[in-house]
Amino acid sequence: MTDLETRTPPAATATGVRGRGYRPNQRHVPVLATLGLLVLMYGVGVVNYEGFSDTQIVLNIFVDNAFLLVVAVGMTFVILTGGIDLSVGAVVALTTLIAAELLNAGWPAAVVLPLVLLVGTTIGLGMGCIIHFFEVQPFIATLAGMFLARGLCFLISDASVPIADPFWTGVAQQRLAFGGFFVSISAVVAVLVVLVAAYVLAYTRFGRTVYAVGGNPQSAGLMGLPVGRTRIVVYTISGFCSALGGVLLSFYMLSGYSLHAQGMELDAIAAVVIGGTLLTGGSGYLFGTVLGVLVYGLIQTIITFQGDLSSWWTRIVIGVLLLAFILLQRLVTHRTHR
Amino acid sequence: MISPATLSALLRHRLVWPVGVLVLLIVGNLVFTPSFLSIEVREGHLYGSLIDILRSAAPLALVALGMTLVIATGGIDLSVGSVVAISGAVACWWIVGLGDQNSLGGVLGAVALALGLSLLLGAGNGLLVAAVGIQPIIATLILMVAGRGVAQLVTDGQIITVNSGPYEVIGKDYWLTFPVSVLIVAVMVAGTLVLTRRTALGLLIESVGGNPTASRLAGVNARRLTVLVYVFAGFCAGLAGLIVSSNVSSADGNNAGNLIELDAILAVVIGGTALAGGRFSVLGSVIGALVIKTLDITIYTIGVPTNTTLLFKAIVVVVLCLAQSPAFRARVLGRRRRGPDVPDPAPPTARTEVPV
Repeated sequence: MTDLETRTPPAATATGVRGRGYRPNQRHVPVLATLGLLVLMYGVGVVNYEGFSDTQIVLNIFVDNAFLLVVAVGMTFVILTGGIDLSVGAVVALTTLIAAELLNAGWPAAVVLPLVLLVGTTIGLGMGCIIHFFEVQPFIATLAGMFLARGLCFLISDASVPIADPFWTGVAQQRLAFGGFFVSISAVVAVLVVLVAAYVLAYTRFGRTVYAVGGNPQSAGLMGLPVGRTRIVVYTISGFCSALGGVLLSFYMLSGYSLHAQGMELDAIAAVVIGGTLLTGGSGYLFGTVLGVLVYGLIQTIITFQGDLSSWWTRIVIGVLLLAFILLQRLVTHRTHR
Repeated sequence: MISPATLSALLRHRLVWPVGVLVLLIVGNLVFTPSFLSIEVREGHLYGSLIDILRSAAPLALVALGMTLVIATGGIDLSVGSVVAISGAVACWWIVGLGDQNSLGGVLGAVALALGLSLLLGAGNGLLVAAVGIQPIIATLILMVAGRGVAQLVTDGQIITVNSGPYEVIGKDYWLTFPVSVLIVAVMVAGTLVLTRRTALGLLIESVGGNPTASRLAGVNARRLTVLVYVFAGFCAGLAGLIVSSNVSSADGNNAGNLIELDAILAVVIGGTALAGGRFSVLGSVIGALVIKTLDITIYTIGVPTNTTLLFKAIVVVVLCLAQSPAFRARVLGRRRRGPDVPDPAPPTARTEVPV
C-alpha cells in the first residue's frame, strides 16, 4: 500500500559504494541490538530472581514457544519478500480444531497429521495465488484468509475439543532428557524447522530469490528471477509453517479450539520485527527471528518470576519493544541509503 | 418515468451496490418477519427492528467513518479496536473514582478525558506514519498490541461497572424519541460530509491517497493531512468506545471493540472506498456498517447458527477484494465481455461499469 514511500529508489543503491566497508555492520545492527537486549534481559533476570540462571529456564522458553517459533519462521519468509501474512493465527487454530475433530472421529494419527499440514499449505497457496494473479494487496488477501479460517473454525465447533489420541498424548508427554535437563519433541521439531529454513534462505537459489524479490521486485523480475512463483511459494511456506505450528500447539494444549492462537499473527510479526528483519523486505536473518521469539519468551518468563505483574504487561512491553525496534530500523535504513 | 440515461447514470452511482445489498437484506428479513419494518412509539421512544439495527450499528459506523478517511489517504488504522477499549475503560475508571457518580461535571470530565486521550493516541499513530514514515499497518499495529494491554491495565483486568445516570445518556437514552447514540453518529457523519464535500478537504485527502509525492509537489501539506486523518480516526474510535461502554454501563478492557477494526474495514470496502486510497465515500461506509449489522441481525432472526457469520463475512470480503482488483476484472470480466474468441487478454478499453 505504501510501496511508493518505502521502496528504495534504484538510484540510491549506486551511492552505496562510499560506505562499502561499513555496510555489513549496518545490516547486522538490528540483530546485534536484539542480542544485546536479550543478554541484558537475561542478566536482569539472573540478578533479580532466584533460580533464574537454571539452564532449564532457557530450555523452557523453547518448549513453551515452539509453535510460535515455527509460525515466525514462515512469517520471516513472507516479510523478507516485503509481504505480510495476517492469517497465521487463524490457520493455527483451524489446524488444532481439524486435528482434534478427526482424531475424535477415530482417524489414525498417521492420516490426520499429513492431512492438516496439507490443509494449511493449501490455504497459504490459495492466498499466494490471489496475491500474485489478482494483484490484491497481501494485507487484504491474508485478512480474508484469516476471516475464512476462523469462520471455518466456528463452523466446525465453537467449543474446545479435547484430544485423547495415544500418539498425540504420547508426543505431548515425551521428554527428551540430556544431562539432567529436558526438552519436548515440539521444541526439537521447531529447532529443526529453523535449521532447514536458515539453510534454505542462506544457501539456496530460492533463498536468494526471496531476498531479491524483497529488495526490489522490479529489478528481480528484470534479472529474470521468478518473482511471481517466489511470492506464491513464500505464502505457501507460511501456510505450511502455520499448520505445523498448529500441530505443535495441539501437542502442547492437547485440545482443538477455535479461539486458540488469538492474536498470534501479531506475536509472530513482532518476533520477526524485533529480530531485525526489515518490514519493507529484502533484509533480515532467520537467526534474528529466533532471537525475537526468545525475547518474547523471556518477557513472559520474567513476568512469571516477578509474580505481581499481570499478563497484560506482556502486551504492553511487546508494543513498546516493537516501537523501539521499528524506529531503530528507520534509523538504520536512513543511514545505509544516504 | 425515468429515462434510460438517468437510469444508467443511477446504476453507475457508486452507492447503488451497497444500498442494493441493504435493501435486499431488509426485504429478505421482511419475508421471515413481516413486522420487520414496523416502527412504533412506546413511552416516547422509537421501537422496532430497524431502530435496533441503527443502535447496534452506531459504534461501527463511527469507527468506519474515521477508517474511511484513513483508507482514503492510502493508510489503514488497525488500532481502532484498542482505542475503543481504552476510551471506555478510562471514562469508567474516572467515573468510578468520582464521589458522586451522577454528577454531570464529573461525567463530562470523564468524557473529555477519554476523547482527549483518543485524540492523542490518534496523533501518535499519525506522527509514526507521516513524520517517521512507518507503514500504516505496522505503525497502528503497535497501538493495537499495546493498547489492549493498556485497556486491561486501566480496568485491572476486571469489568468496571458504573452506575451513572448522565453517562448512560450517551449510549442508552433517547432524545426527541431518537436514540442519542444514533444522533451522535448522524451529527458526526453530517459534519464529515460538509467538511469533505463542501470544502476542498475531501479533494486534498483524495489527492494524498492518489499520490502523496505528487500532491506534496503540488503544494498540499500531505504530512499534516495524514496526521489529521489519524487523529480523526482516533477521535471517532474514542467516541464509539464511549457509546459501547455507556450502553452496557461498564468497561471491559479485554473484549470491548474486539475485532471491530476488521468489521470497520469491511464496512469501508462494502461502501465503495478503494483500499489503495484516492477515492472514498463517507455515506457508503455508513451504509456498509448498516449492511454488516443487518446481516448479523438477519442471521439471528432467521435462525441460522451464529457461527456461520464469520465465514459469510469472509466470503463477502474475498468477493469484494476480487471485484476491486483490476487484474481480476481484466481476466474474468474483460474476457467474458469480449467473448471467448479473442485470444489477447489485454485490459479492456471500455470502462467497466462496476464501481464496487
